[in-house]
Amino acid sequence: MEYVIAFAVGGLICVIGQLLLDVGKLTPAHVMSTLVVSGVVLDFLGVYDKLIDFAGAGATVPITSFGHSLYHGAISEAQRHGLIGVATGIFEVTSAGISAAIAFGFLASLVFKPKG
Amino acid sequence: MDSMKQSARISRQTWHFAEDVRVQASAVAVGPKEGEGPLASFFDKIHADAYAGQQTWEEAERKLMEDAVNHLLQKASITEQDVDVILAGDLLNQNITTNFTAEKLAIPLMGMYGACSTSMLTLATAAALVNAGYADKAIASCSSHNATAERQYRYPTEYGGQKPPSAQWTVTGAGAGLVGIGGKGPRITYATIGKVTDMGIKDPFDMGTAMAPAAVSTLQSHFQDTGRTPQDYDLIVTGDLAAVGFPIVKELMLTQGYEMEEMYNDCGLMIYNPEQEVFAGGSGCASSAVVTYSYIMDQLNRGLLKSVLVCATGALLSPISYQQGNSIPCIAHAVAFEGGA
Repeated sequence: MEYVIAFAVGGLICVIGQLLLDVGKLTPAHVMSTLVVSGVVLDFLGVYDKLIDFAGAGATVPITSFGHSLYHGAISEAQRHGLIGVATGIFEVTSAGISAAIAFGFLASLVFKPKG
Repeated sequence: MDSMKQSARISRQTWHFAEDVRVQASAVAVGPKEGEGPLASFFDKIHADAYAGQQTWEEAERKLMEDAVNHLLQKASITEQDVDVILAGDLLNQNITTNFTAEKLAIPLMGMYGACSTSMLTLATAAALVNAGYADKAIASCSSHNATAERQYRYPTEYGGQKPPSAQWTVTGAGAGLVGIGGKGPRITYATIGKVTDMGIKDPFDMGTAMAPAAVSTLQSHFQDTGRTPQDYDLIVTGDLAAVGFPIVKELMLTQGYEMEEMYNDCGLMIYNPEQEVFAGGSGCASSAVVTYSYIMDQLNRGLLKSVLVCATGALLSPISYQQGNSIPCIAHAVAFEGGA
């Protein structure tokens, strides 16, 4: 059952993205930013953690969870170091993902033509 | 009509070529996807890979134009020295395909830009120069490349952004025609120069809708100025309206009293098979150029078509203009061909 819920919730988030693209006529970059910021806002409202409890990977895999992680990192550092923690903590939770993107991007560029 | 034949200027938009101006030879070079299409047997050179043996997409596009012109010279049994002027254009900033290729060819260049209408813009101007005696032999040529157009107009090629079904696939290819007086080849009889039309369409992934009114405007002017009707042609093609723009033109022409059914087609629908996953169909300068300079010239030369009107359509947007929210101005230029000796 938890697989079905993860599939349905993750799929619904993607449906929202597709609607923004097709009906909202947003560019792919705007769709991505909108979903990330939505994740931040939903986490601020306390909704996103509950969504993760309910849907598991259905909520952690889509790009909205990146916003959720940014918010979590910023808040937890802010609680320890005050306002400066917002700046130092924002990428704390997500730094592994960002580092991986840079490293794998570099490796791919060695094998393929990075400039198209 | 006889008194009209002496006159080069029929109207503000339409020229008549009173001399025996002909497309004496033509040639086409294309990429792999076009080589899998239904017109493959008419192409002079099909590159097996989209890089055409070059380092970059942009160099590949130059190679295509160079190939088209070289095949053309070969087919006409002449050298670069015999050609007075080349009129050419492409879709890239500052017409780089044209400028770099013309440097290699060492033929005097008139670079032109009309977006995807460049094929007929260059051919009409070449015919006018030859008819007036400013050039004995002129080449009209243009090119486009799917990956260079994607890079410039849409997203980086490695980004893989989604596209709606109304989007089109830019044709990878180049075409060239040799214009001269007399000899063999289809006659160029009329050209109608289009006016810029802007109906307020802003979606760069729906250029068929944006360009259709420009095609209708030029076709109407052509029929009014020449006294002809669509039925006087065996084939009327638009350049790259594809599956979205094609029915719009049919419908708009019908409301103006011009029935265009069995003789009307679109180069963007002719160049690929429907199962080739090209969204609504082909686009780009090479769409009309490749179809005109291969299939249409062949059919005219073999007498299978007697009278053809090619109306090349162009969307005159730039990446800056549509990012700043401007609508897409469009244009269309038409050239009439007559087959036979």
